[in-house]
Amino acid sequence: MAKLPVSLTINGDEHDLLIEPRKTLLAVLRDTIGLTGTKEGCSTGDCGACTVIVDGKAVTSCMVLGITASGKEITTIEGLAGDGELHPVQQAFIETGGYQCGFCTPGFIMASKALIDENPDRTEEEFRHALGGNICRCTGYTKILEAVLKAAEEIRTTT
Amino acid sequence: MKSFEFFEPTTLAEASRLFAAEHAQLLAGGTDLVIGMKALTETPQSVISLQKIPGLAGITTEADNSISIGAMTKVREVELSADILQHHTALAEGAAEIGSIQIRNLATVGGNIAHASPAADTVAGLLVADAQVHIASADGERTVPINELFTGPGQTVLTPGEIITRFRLPSPASGSHYIKHKIREVMDLAFIGVAAAINMDNGTITEARIGLAAVAPTPIRATEAEELLKGNALTPALLEQASEAAAAASSPISDLRCSAEHRREMVDVLTRRTLEQASERAGG
Repeated sequence: MAKLPVSLTINGDEHDLLIEPRKTLLAVLRDTIGLTGTKEGCSTGDCGACTVIVDGKAVTSCMVLGITASGKEITTIEGLAGDGELHPVQQAFIETGGYQCGFCTPGFIMASKALIDENPDRTEEEFRHALGGNICRCTGYTKILEAVLKAAEEIRTTT
Repeated sequence: MKSFEFFEPTTLAEASRLFAAEHAQLLAGGTDLVIGMKALTETPQSVISLQKIPGLAGITTEADNSISIGAMTKVREVELSADILQHHTALAEGAAEIGSIQIRNLATVGGNIAHASPAADTVAGLLVADAQVHIASADGERTVPINELFTGPGQTVLTPGEIITRFRLPSPASGSHYIKHKIREVMDLAFIGVAAAINMDNGTITEARIGLAAVAPTPIRATEAEELLKGNALTPALLEQASEAAAAASSPISDLRCSAEHRREMVDVLTRRTLEQASERAGG
């Protein structure tokens, strides 16, 4: 199958690529661009490990054909920290120990960032429910939730 | 995933022409199709994306108070829409039950319906909203009431080349509610989905609609139960009678997840609960 041109803005950088239409956005990010921070877990949309932010919305990148992301703004875990400073959500995950093996962490951080951007005033129960699409197989949910609440608090008070 | 030819038409006419070909699939949000293509349960030769066709996404309220939902509207937008929440609460509640936020940011209401799963979470809410499905093809446009759209699991009356463009919800109900019977809080499929919408006038039910999902080969309306309710006050005896009629209208299957007997029993229970909630919202 012929490759088609696609123009993706990833973490602020423009990438003009030729890709096969059957490549998922996840595969383009990891294999074509080399941004391996985004993880492939189930690859059926169930685990959230591949969560990235497209035009401000958290999506499971394993369900998106890369070709359909042309012209869109994509943020991955590699694009969160700026000027040598971690994003408050990243910092909170470190401070609370919101990770064990770390495989689900990029997905959790991207999903949490989008949730906090949308509404940092969610209750603990609401955050728990809204993160239902992210799975941690180490079952480290208590610390993950602590991290999300800490980051939301931090972002609420500084903005 | 098998290779396919990819098209991104900018007009409905072009999309319809491409979609009329053999082994063609429409791509809306991709949450069913992309996963199906990876599993090789879907092996289309051409994939036609609808995202570049203008006017297919968005929720608009018309002058006559009817609401129009574009087929490419994201499920998450339906869930959060103030107009849908207020006038078609059951539909907003159903939308909020699909997958995760990440999936709802991708999935479209048109895709959820065109996929024709009897267990689709937006279908019961659209049934009780009496939604009219607007369909376009190279031959023009036609409208099908949503309760006449489905012919079997994964099957609809749509013919090759026909594309759902929008859903028109004619008149707001004063109270509606959706209950999904499930095990997990999120990321689960409905064992059963039940929606009810009620209009009331001085304690008398003037209009009642009950939509059932995942309890028959297609989503259905429980019309006998609806007729029992109309013109009457919602007494405990009538509530019981109507819920039993709804259960009798179902023809569920037994599968790994749930037995037919349990499903039918739960239609009775959940119809009662949705009717109670809908009538409360209707001010009854």
